[in-house]
Amino acid sequence: MTATSVNRRGLLKCMTWAGTGVVWSLSGEMPRTLGLIGDAAAAEAPQGALTFVQISDSHIGFHLPPNADPLATLTEAIDKIKAMPTQPAFLVHTGDISHLSKEQEWDDADQVIKSANKQVFYVPGEHDVADADNGKAYLARYGKDTKGKGWYSFDMAGVHFIGLVNVFNFQPGFKSAGLATIGDEQLEWLEKDVAGRSASTPIVLMAHLPLWTIYPEWGWGTADAGRALSYLKRFGSVTVLNGHIHQIIQKVEGNITFRTAASTAYPQPAPGTAPAPGPMKEVPAAELHKYLGIRTVNYVRSKGAPALIDSTLVA
Amino acid sequence: MLTTINPAPRRRRIALLLGAVGVASLLAVVLPELTAIGEEVVTAAASPATVQIDNFAFAPATLTVTAGTTVTWKNDDDSPHRVTDKKRTFTSAALDTGDTFSHTFAAPGEYPYFCSLHPYMVGKIVVKPAAP
Repeated sequence: MTATSVNRRGLLKCMTWAGTGVVWSLSGEMPRTLGLIGDAAAAEAPQGALTFVQISDSHIGFHLPPNADPLATLTEAIDKIKAMPTQPAFLVHTGDISHLSKEQEWDDADQVIKSANKQVFYVPGEHDVADADNGKAYLARYGKDTKGKGWYSFDMAGVHFIGLVNVFNFQPGFKSAGLATIGDEQLEWLEKDVAGRSASTPIVLMAHLPLWTIYPEWGWGTADAGRALSYLKRFGSVTVLNGHIHQIIQKVEGNITFRTAASTAYPQPAPGTAPAPGPMKEVPAAELHKYLGIRTVNYVRSKGAPALIDSTLVA
Repeated sequence: MLTTINPAPRRRRIALLLGAVGVASLLAVVLPELTAIGEEVVTAAASPATVQIDNFAFAPATLTVTAGTTVTWKNDDDSPHRVTDKKRTFTSAALDTGDTFSHTFAAPGEYPYFCSLHPYMVGKIVVKPAAP
């Protein structure tokens, strides 16, 4: 593990908590507990803060072990959001809403997600652009008011949000050749989008595939992420929220915090611990919820880095 | 759940792979009938021809057919996969478990393809001219 902020002792604590329904937070260098899930203190935000929730990889349409019903677990995730004592301003979904880019899958997901009664910002996963027309259906449905192939930015409570798309133009091949790409057109847009903004503006960057190379053997990285990040290095607080790998891995590099999210559908193996990155089908039903989760992102000040609070779907 | 990357097995894996690549390139020199990754070259004389997808791999990885052959891919894996031409002249939608995709290769040539859900899964169709 390179340059992550979690030391061994902290990591063991997190792992213990993960099984017992305790939420935890990483703020700066050390993880700290914020209380039990459902505890009002856990989700309570100070006055004036911005709170939003990230969900990811709902994979509606998946129907095999370890989760025959990802719509039910998505519903549990949304119910958990609805029960938060401090309601988030909005939701972000970091891709793979659907399993097979089918209208019915998106219909089902939308039906559940809209019950939270929140605005939702989406970025596509590669499973959302897997129709024969390579993303036409996703863009028709979710791409309104976006640029290019679905990218966009917006400002909320002084924070600048950027939705990047890195699920088109995969190049075939092993290791670095098999990574995702952002592409020149989008990178040029990004450079212009952030140019001229004050370096004290907190940035949240959302993209489906990780924007750092976690495990090239499985294509878990983005080949041209470095160029995107070069435009953001001057900012005091950059938070990169990714999905795709169905597990939480974090890296901190200067002012940039990268963190992948848990899925609401099924876990995938830790890098290199299985022959392939498919679903962990051996996870027993009673254990599944420990691997699934949502993330609360909480700006306690108008400037500076947010607290990222991951919580499992354990009841 | 927070996961860490354990670097030790990864180094071993890379070393093994590098070793395999070395052996394969030697074999490629000695045995021209093997591809660079040591996969068996399968020639499908009869139409239709089939490529099986399982365990995150195309089998056979290289399939040789005559022009006009319809090749059918069948996904026998637990994960969905796609069949995407490297030059993007054809692509399947996501194939769920049990789904098939067919493409007819009219023109002779080499058609490298991959799974655009898992780009490290690669294969190739070699199309020979039809007998006169």
